[in-house]
Amino acid sequence: MNHVTVESADPARMAAPEGGREIELRDALREAMSEEMRRDARVFLLGEEVAQYHGAYKVSRGMVDEFGERRIIDTPISESGFAGMAIGAAMLGLRPIVEFMSWSFSLVAADPILNNAPKMLYMSGGQFGCPIVFRGNDGAGGQLGSTHSWSVEGLYSNVPGVKIVIPSSPYDAKGLLKTAIRDDDPVFFLESERMLSVKGPVPEEEYLIPFGQAIVRRAGRDCTLASWGRPVNFCLEAAEQLAKEGIDCEVIDLRTIRPLDIDSVVRSVRRTNCCVVVDQSWSFGSPGSELAAQVHAACFDDLDNFVHRVHSADVPTPYASHLEQEYLPNVRRICEAVRHATYRA
Amino acid sequence: MPSVSPSQGNSLYQVHGATERPAVAPPRHATAELRISNDALLKWLRDMMLIREFEVRCMQAYQEKKIGGFCHVYIGQEAVAVGCTSALEAHDPMVTAYRDHGHALARGMSARACMAEMFGKIGGCAKGKGGSMHMFDRANNLFGGHGIVGAQTPLGAGLAFATKYEDEVINGGRSKRVTLCFLGDGALNQGAFHEAMNLSGLFDLPVIFICENNGYSMGTSIHRGTTMGHDLSAKAAAYGIDSMIIDGMDFLEVHAGMSKAVTDARTRSRPWFIDMRCYRFKGHSMSDPRKYRTREEEETYEAGDPIGKLDKLLRSRGALNDDDQKEMQKGIREQVREAIVWADAQPVPSMAELYHDVFVEPMGPYTGTCFPTMLKEQGMRAPWREEPCP
Repeated sequence: MNHVTVESADPARMAAPEGGREIELRDALREAMSEEMRRDARVFLLGEEVAQYHGAYKVSRGMVDEFGERRIIDTPISESGFAGMAIGAAMLGLRPIVEFMSWSFSLVAADPILNNAPKMLYMSGGQFGCPIVFRGNDGAGGQLGSTHSWSVEGLYSNVPGVKIVIPSSPYDAKGLLKTAIRDDDPVFFLESERMLSVKGPVPEEEYLIPFGQAIVRRAGRDCTLASWGRPVNFCLEAAEQLAKEGIDCEVIDLRTIRPLDIDSVVRSVRRTNCCVVVDQSWSFGSPGSELAAQVHAACFDDLDNFVHRVHSADVPTPYASHLEQEYLPNVRRICEAVRHATYRA
Repeated sequence: MPSVSPSQGNSLYQVHGATERPAVAPPRHATAELRISNDALLKWLRDMMLIREFEVRCMQAYQEKKIGGFCHVYIGQEAVAVGCTSALEAHDPMVTAYRDHGHALARGMSARACMAEMFGKIGGCAKGKGGSMHMFDRANNLFGGHGIVGAQTPLGAGLAFATKYEDEVINGGRSKRVTLCFLGDGALNQGAFHEAMNLSGLFDLPVIFICENNGYSMGTSIHRGTTMGHDLSAKAAAYGIDSMIIDGMDFLEVHAGMSKAVTDARTRSRPWFIDMRCYRFKGHSMSDPRKYRTREEEETYEAGDPIGKLDKLLRSRGALNDDDQKEMQKGIREQVREAIVWADAQPVPSMAELYHDVFVEPMGPYTGTCFPTMLKEQGMRAPWREEPCP
């Protein structure tokens, strides 16, 4: 067993401030990259359509105008090649940010991103690290069909040696991405395409959010909802609905799944005696099943029921909108799971 | 019967497969103007002999079960690693595949660290965590030793991308370094290789892809697995990359050809592709019965042993006699014997090493990272946070 535990700071410390300016999540990502590129000449961005097209999803809009084509680099559609190339560059000491237009496309780069980046430090006996960030869209919900709708955290969280970050708000996206770029280890940064246009408060002042520190999004007494990324927002919505039924949920946003802040979840479950894990990847061998196993191990005597899990349905992602919405770990399915877990079904 | 001497106009691989066409013959690169001192040649001969002796002892150690897992020896191809390295400057990066002991030794890794790595000992270049296929040497700019066929080719492009970026974008000068990226002929059919070639051509990367074309990807002859196997320059031409055929069984040819390619790649910041014709005298790995090729073919190539060829040249120049050769061989035998004794005496990695070097940052069960002894002894320090070695 390989349980990563990280001492948590005050979970309320790095919450988005109320008031102030609000920007879209895509702009928060761009600000993070631009600030880090101004700070460190070794940082550069490469990927498909990042420069002249200004980003397939406009995340890198305008960056080529500021940094030029030597640092904002358009690549051909060649994920295995440019992911591997960036890893080689990181071994020599550069700090690449690799944009996958979609993490679904990273599957053709599985060998470099899973067999090289996370293992280089280990198999070289500490000689060559790999300070690199891979980032891009992850998750279903845009009616993109089966092949473009991956939640790759289900596959990739199985691999030791990578850090995996899945932000749920513009504020977190910026603070976590800046941390990722400064990190000396390889980071997979998974953004929700469905959330790129979501606006949220992001202060003008610089801030970084540390990895491995969960945040309590909503305090509650009856059941702990543990999640990360876009489904955190579903959990908050479900919690509001359940509150009307008299079920008071605590919503914890893990922010990173490697490292996994199990301590924050355990602290919460010891008070609520109930836990529901919400994970948008498939259930079989997933980060959600890992978290549930860790909660079972740490809270065996505290739990009033087994840890319930809400995942994407165990089928290829469908195209039809109503099927896809049912496929996702949506508010209705989260509410049902909480009612079962709290014996209120 | 083919001859291994390109000067006789014969080509390699005539004997392989049923459908091949005669391979395009390597031209001669070592011209009469090539001036190399006898001292330099003697040093390179010794480097080649060291690799040969080291690999022979590896095979023994493997039989004695001191080496585990896979072990791919380099016997027969020594002129390639030594000849290519002889054309480089110290700051030029190098990356290779899994048949990598020869490259590590040619680049300057000690026989001790190389052998101890294979013995799974803490004194190994990668603390015994890499093994035979993962020789890394930061001090000598060797970026591995990689196990998946072709996977090192995008890395090679990336190393060249990084040197160019450092020299041009960060330091505002001109690109100064050249990366050598070795691959076997089996890697020619991997997608990663073609993507790396395309990106290198596209981005003007100063990287030289050296295809150590020993005619077989494991047990499959090049003509059974690779289109245009008789003329690999077609692959390079498809990406607008200059290419060269070199007789890899002749040190002088390798040195002369590679010197041209390295100089050009350095001057123009452009990639090259080298069809390096060679032959491995032993099997693909230690478990290979070599049923896919004839003894007759092996004997033909063995007759053109690259070590014998350079030895003969030095004798013809009056720079080597029987006594010198015996003395050199004795010294090498002693060096490798001593490396084995040293590697045997090294401790195995402590159990705490299991959770070391996974992440730079210590977290949870992971205890951070530190350089191996091989680098620490040279006073090198990591550019990231180092923790005490367990």
